[in-house]
Amino acid sequence: MNFDFSEQQKQLRDEARRYLAEHSSPKAVRAVLDGAAPFDRALWKGLGGMGFLGVAVPEEFGGAGAGHLELCVIAEEMGRALAPVPFSSSIYLATEAIMLAGDDDQKRRLLPGLASGQTIGTLALFERPGNPSPRAIAATVAGGVLSGTKVPVADGAIADLAVVAARSGSGGRDTDISLYIVDLAGKGVTRKTLANLDPTREQAEIVFQDCPAELLGPAGEGWSILTRVLDRAAVLMAFEQVGGADRALEMGRDYALDRIAFGRPIGSFQAVKHMLADMYVSATLARSNAYYGAWALSTDAAELPEAAATARISATQAFQHCAKNNIQVHGGMGFTWEFDCHLYYRRANALALSLGSLSYWEDQLIDRLRSRNAA
Amino acid sequence: MNFDDTPQEAAFRSEARAWIDANAPRELEAQLSRPSVGRVKLDGIDIITASKAWQKTKAAGGWACLHWPKEYGGRGASPIERVIWQQEEGVYDKLSGVFLIGQGMCGPTMMAYASEEQKRRYLPPLASGEEIWCQLFSEPSAGSDVAGLRTRAEKQGDEWVINGQKIWTSGAHYSDYGIVITRTDPTVPKHKGLTMFFLSMKTPGVEVRPIKQANGGQEFNEVYFTDVRIPDAQRLGAVNDGWNVSLTTLMNERLSIGARVWTGFSEIFAFCSDFMTENGPALDDRAVRSRLANWAVRHSGLKYTSYRSISALSRGERPGPENSIGKLVSGSMMQDIAAFALDLQGAAGALTDPELAEAAGQFQSMLLQSPSGRIAGGTDEILRNIVAERVLGLPGDIRVDKDMPFNQVPTRGRKS
Repeated sequence: MNFDFSEQQKQLRDEARRYLAEHSSPKAVRAVLDGAAPFDRALWKGLGGMGFLGVAVPEEFGGAGAGHLELCVIAEEMGRALAPVPFSSSIYLATEAIMLAGDDDQKRRLLPGLASGQTIGTLALFERPGNPSPRAIAATVAGGVLSGTKVPVADGAIADLAVVAARSGSGGRDTDISLYIVDLAGKGVTRKTLANLDPTREQAEIVFQDCPAELLGPAGEGWSILTRVLDRAAVLMAFEQVGGADRALEMGRDYALDRIAFGRPIGSFQAVKHMLADMYVSATLARSNAYYGAWALSTDAAELPEAAATARISATQAFQHCAKNNIQVHGGMGFTWEFDCHLYYRRANALALSLGSLSYWEDQLIDRLRSRNAA
Repeated sequence: MNFDDTPQEAAFRSEARAWIDANAPRELEAQLSRPSVGRVKLDGIDIITASKAWQKTKAAGGWACLHWPKEYGGRGASPIERVIWQQEEGVYDKLSGVFLIGQGMCGPTMMAYASEEQKRRYLPPLASGEEIWCQLFSEPSAGSDVAGLRTRAEKQGDEWVINGQKIWTSGAHYSDYGIVITRTDPTVPKHKGLTMFFLSMKTPGVEVRPIKQANGGQEFNEVYFTDVRIPDAQRLGAVNDGWNVSLTTLMNERLSIGARVWTGFSEIFAFCSDFMTENGPALDDRAVRSRLANWAVRHSGLKYTSYRSISALSRGERPGPENSIGKLVSGSMMQDIAAFALDLQGAAGALTDPELAEAAGQFQSMLLQSPSGRIAGGTDEILRNIVAERVLGLPGDIRVDKDMPFNQVPTRGRKS
């Protein structure tokens, strides 16, 4: 059994960690937080130059042709460094959707730009409060043009293209949904940046008014493609969350060792030790579940739907748990703008809501376990 | 990343599987496959008799105590081969329970500290199950703080005279031998005045009394020592070095990784799939689904954590600290699962009559058994301390008795 990353993959992780420590420092993250720019353009360009963005894209389409295990280790480091870039939107969602459902011409046209970072992509799915559901989609394509409003769209105001889920039939069925690629610089697109929990990651409203839309994948199969894209993104996002959880745990541990109260390091009090031990437990469970997801993703295993939901739930819980208790360990200082604890708390909670929230993935997991048991 | 065996591992696995297919007690398979909480019970045959028979067969075939050297009754197998064996042994592993402490704790201690002659005398029958061993560590006033033990051993000539009381000794009532840790010098700090011995449980002055547990079962004992005399040759390690001897034993355990994770998740998932509420199967209920999903990811997390450790063994490395979370997660999970299953049953959840209780009363048994999972083998609190100190590097607790001569350590709290 070799249920671990290879030496080369671990080296790639170390390389990404070093790069991000330098180029996605807390200072760089704070520049985006404070509104200097909607994302860190220089970092994004640098990540493209390092080959980190296109690591799972085949060479013939401009990527490094490595694989999803390599993408997982990079995702973990992006989470650890809170990289203020549209990595998840462009790579886990738009690029994965095109790799999964695009025809040869679309892959040739679109993947090289996404792999280099020259093009930023995103997924425009949600239209109102609630979790992913074909019934919640009202945007419609008729006669090759798309109309409707998507909100919130992660990185929607900075993206160049969006994969859009829209209604292509008249009933309320899953099979009435198709996916489309829309040029966000094209006519009929109006975008507005929205204030949100985590200002280091942009969120937008996009209004489409008779926009030219190009079909992605077979008509009427949009929802089943989307479900597969969300599963793949869930595994990658889980690594990002695991990276964030680990960093929040380290911050809490370090502070507990340094901070003196009642004449001793606060990390010598059992109440604090046990809180940190519990953070380690949830981070460890999440990491092991994420590895299971990585195995399923990289081998396209039949277990992927179950593994993805498992990885997603576990990682969401761990990052939220570690981020929240990291603030608690820091006491009052944890509640200041100056300390970085709130950056992790914001990111943990924002990521928990993207791609469908916990309750959505809990439902998915139980359905998938049930159908496996019935089979 | 894969779950595949290396060619050598695959060869070992098929050899083990073929041997088990040819030799396992098939007639017990159905009974052993039933979900069981705590101690396994068999119909028509005593569990110890059945366990000894299977262990003897394994020993004769060279499949007992796989990781021990051959001259002491083992197979000289690697840690990963031991894991593969456990995976293949499957439900028959339940017949190893009575040997677990002897082979897992006492044997390695004997191997490290007994004389060559003693090792050749005692280890092979321990491996083959002919002789069962127990571990006499905990005392009424020394549980989590086991170094606070008070059983005295005093040297008289070439003999030691032991007086005191042990408690929570699993299997003492059917054990032939035991290792016992005693206080030999009460005038020095507590960790420094301890000495380890082994002895026959039939030595005059040893008295075993079963403890009736909170759940009505009897798996543990009190063991009284009254002027028990044993020769100095039965000492393990140097006089007053017993604490280090006990640590050597515990360190070995890190290489021992269970092949299966038991949390009660499969049982509760199956129960919720079948159990009908007024609104249909429990599994359709939103609140039920949320609880189950939460347990599913904990169960899966433990399973894949053990796979990470097994992978390290497969590469010939020592596993990392990640396995230390196992019991901490599964202990409270079982308790929560049991209470949840009863909650779904309403007032009927209180019934333990096996004819009437849902799921043959397994969740009622689990509820009553589960507190012990959070205490035995290290309480949840001690385990959190271990994770905090050894994994995260946080400071040890402040120990007010650390440098105090043991006979000056306070012995009574508020009720003195």
